[in-house]
Amino acid sequence: MTGAKALWATLAAHGISTVFGYPGGAIMPVYDALTYYPEVRHVLARHEQGAIHAAEGWAKATGEIGVCIATSGPGATNLVTGLADAMMDNVPLLAITGNVARHLMGTDAFQEADITGITLPITKHNYVVTDPNELPAIVAEAIRIARSGRPGPVLVDIPKDVQLAAFTGKLVKPQAAPEAISPRPEAIHAACELLKTAKKPVLMVGGGSQGASKEITEFARAWQIPTITTLMGLGAFPASDPLWLGMPGMHGSVAANHAISQADVLIGFGLRFDDRVTGRVKDFAPNAQIIHIDLDAAEIGKIVRAHLPVKSDAKQAAVALTQGAVPFEVPEWQAQLDEWKTRGEHPTTWGAAQAVRQVVARLRPDDILTTDVGQHQMLAAQLARFEKPRRWLTSGGLGTMGFGFPAALGAAMAEPGVQSIVIAGDGGFQMTAQELATLTKYDIRNCKICIINNSYLGMVRQWQELFHEKRYSEVYLGDSNPDFLKLADAYNIKGWRADNSADLETAIDAWLSHDGSGLLEVVVPNEHGVFPMVPAGAALYEMIENEPVKVPDLGDKMNVMASAPDTEISTEASQ
Amino acid sequence: MTSPFQPVSDHLVSALVRDEPRVLTRITSLFGRRGYNIKSLSVGATEMPGVSRMTFVVSGDRGVVEQAMKQLDKLHDVVKIIDHSLEKYVDRELVLVKVRVENTERRIEIRQMAEDFRARIVDAGHHALTFEVTGDEGKITAFIEQMRTFGILETMRTGRIALTRGSNADIPSHIYHDGETETLQPVLQSAPREGKAREVNNMF
Repeated sequence: MTGAKALWATLAAHGISTVFGYPGGAIMPVYDALTYYPEVRHVLARHEQGAIHAAEGWAKATGEIGVCIATSGPGATNLVTGLADAMMDNVPLLAITGNVARHLMGTDAFQEADITGITLPITKHNYVVTDPNELPAIVAEAIRIARSGRPGPVLVDIPKDVQLAAFTGKLVKPQAAPEAISPRPEAIHAACELLKTAKKPVLMVGGGSQGASKEITEFARAWQIPTITTLMGLGAFPASDPLWLGMPGMHGSVAANHAISQADVLIGFGLRFDDRVTGRVKDFAPNAQIIHIDLDAAEIGKIVRAHLPVKSDAKQAAVALTQGAVPFEVPEWQAQLDEWKTRGEHPTTWGAAQAVRQVVARLRPDDILTTDVGQHQMLAAQLARFEKPRRWLTSGGLGTMGFGFPAALGAAMAEPGVQSIVIAGDGGFQMTAQELATLTKYDIRNCKICIINNSYLGMVRQWQELFHEKRYSEVYLGDSNPDFLKLADAYNIKGWRADNSADLETAIDAWLSHDGSGLLEVVVPNEHGVFPMVPAGAALYEMIENEPVKVPDLGDKMNVMASAPDTEISTEASQ
Repeated sequence: MTSPFQPVSDHLVSALVRDEPRVLTRITSLFGRRGYNIKSLSVGATEMPGVSRMTFVVSGDRGVVEQAMKQLDKLHDVVKIIDHSLEKYVDRELVLVKVRVENTERRIEIRQMAEDFRARIVDAGHHALTFEVTGDEGKITAFIEQMRTFGILETMRTGRIALTRGSNADIPSHIYHDGETETLQPVLQSAPREGKAREVNNMF
């Protein structure tokens, strides 16, 4: 047996059924050994970035580890964006890279890159395997690290001669995951006591709660606490529940942002108070006692001070807190929340928002929705209604354009019985459009692509409109975008196009009922923005609720934003 | 919200780490990326095979230091973090100081001063004396200040090292039997990792 075979044997023993990758010189022995392991399916992407985002999509949809493989040097460095993305969004991921032979390492050999050095800050841990006999133990440990605690990416770099070397060591069994961290009883008691004093309680549910959705939903309902799900937490609490207030932050709902600003007790599960969520930190939840529950101690108190820090697994904490439940009855607070819920709705005129609304309206509870990054992403987050966890896959922390399509592809392969829909922009789609080939190669029939084409890098354009006096510097794509339907056709994928509401409805019918994957291009007007919006540096309560009729005169732009008065900017802007 | 944090000061922190490639890079890059300022860093082997010990002096307010320690604690290579502010400790630093000697009169004067600090002469040249001084940071700083009046040619400080006072070891050596690396593995995976959260996590 060679080191390369030991690798596959270890992966197979860990139940890894599918890996995404791209071969090259320094990983060839691994690809050669693959032919002896038919139980593992290898998916050939068209770019390593496509492979790793597909592995992320697989992992985000299933909660299981995603695996990707690349060769050394340029192959390995093409994984960097995906690794950083997985690190930010806590995606359990194993990246295996080839490297030049041990005696060549450090000599600037052909296709050599110090990938462990490069990925040091964007992996949970990484390894160079220098002894073939240690390979199974290292891979097993890498998988355990990637999955355990706060999940994340782990990279294992294997020199070519280690792959080829005779393996005389022992294969290893999967390592047991460490036990989940339970909350201390006194912490739960203190949290219950604090919650009982609340007159305006709010529950915030983050991406770390995707695995604890059932327990957190029970907790919220038992206490009757109004609930906000962050961008990463969407789906962890059912949107149909009357307690749901939407998403907080820069493009959050009016109800969520005002609820945070006025809450007296805010309890957060598995979230890290990202700056896109908090707005101006010193004015985040200014009146609230904050209970922060997270299993990563380093997240508690990192951005926002926690009055009651609870180091715990979200599931265990939710179960414990449910037992102490005393349902809230605060009619004034509920009435206020209900009033806010009616505000900040998008207009129903034709535009990106309307297009996204019509597409997401067709989502069924089991369908997976992925997005790229930009206006369509925020619109989808605002407008889609998720009833289940792990149905919403988006690049939250890193904001990676090019993520959506390969992630949808990976998710579609992970769950062949489920429809996987990607909403992308015309900009982001072109960053990984070559994966259309992967779709065709594996005849993936349940991946549906929707491109919202506004001919611009829409979110950048929106900021230029608001903060740079409409100087649209280098954001126009319309003069050079491809004919997306022809592009799809070139890969043997069927396409539809619509540029108005009625045609879109017809096109959606055809697109979704088509037996096979398909691409739907929706052409929308150029200059639409995403609102509500909290300008960068502003407090959540300073949000612009609706799209301004004209470009707001914001004086000294960002500086004014940063020190905006208590009044809402929308009021000033419309005067 | 007012800052709950104490004013900026120096904090002495030790970390027991796996003796594996890139550990130092991993740790210093974490400090660099997050903007924590390391004032001194000393690294050396311990009595346990496979385990090295690092002592940092980190400057910042209490919140910064706590965050730095929590981030360190997450690294797979870090077995245990010891915040020396929580218990009594003994710390030492070693410095080599090369002092200019202009004439015999000065030589006597310098040697007298060095004796007061229990500094040892480790090299003597025609126009210079090199001293070795160990002690806590204050003593070393005071010695350097005294020598400055004669003219320091160069100095090299090791940075501080520290051990908790008393007979409790941060990781009791007897657990390890000073044995082979294999016998170390289960201990590294169980006992120390359980113990380390205690110092770092003074939270619920």
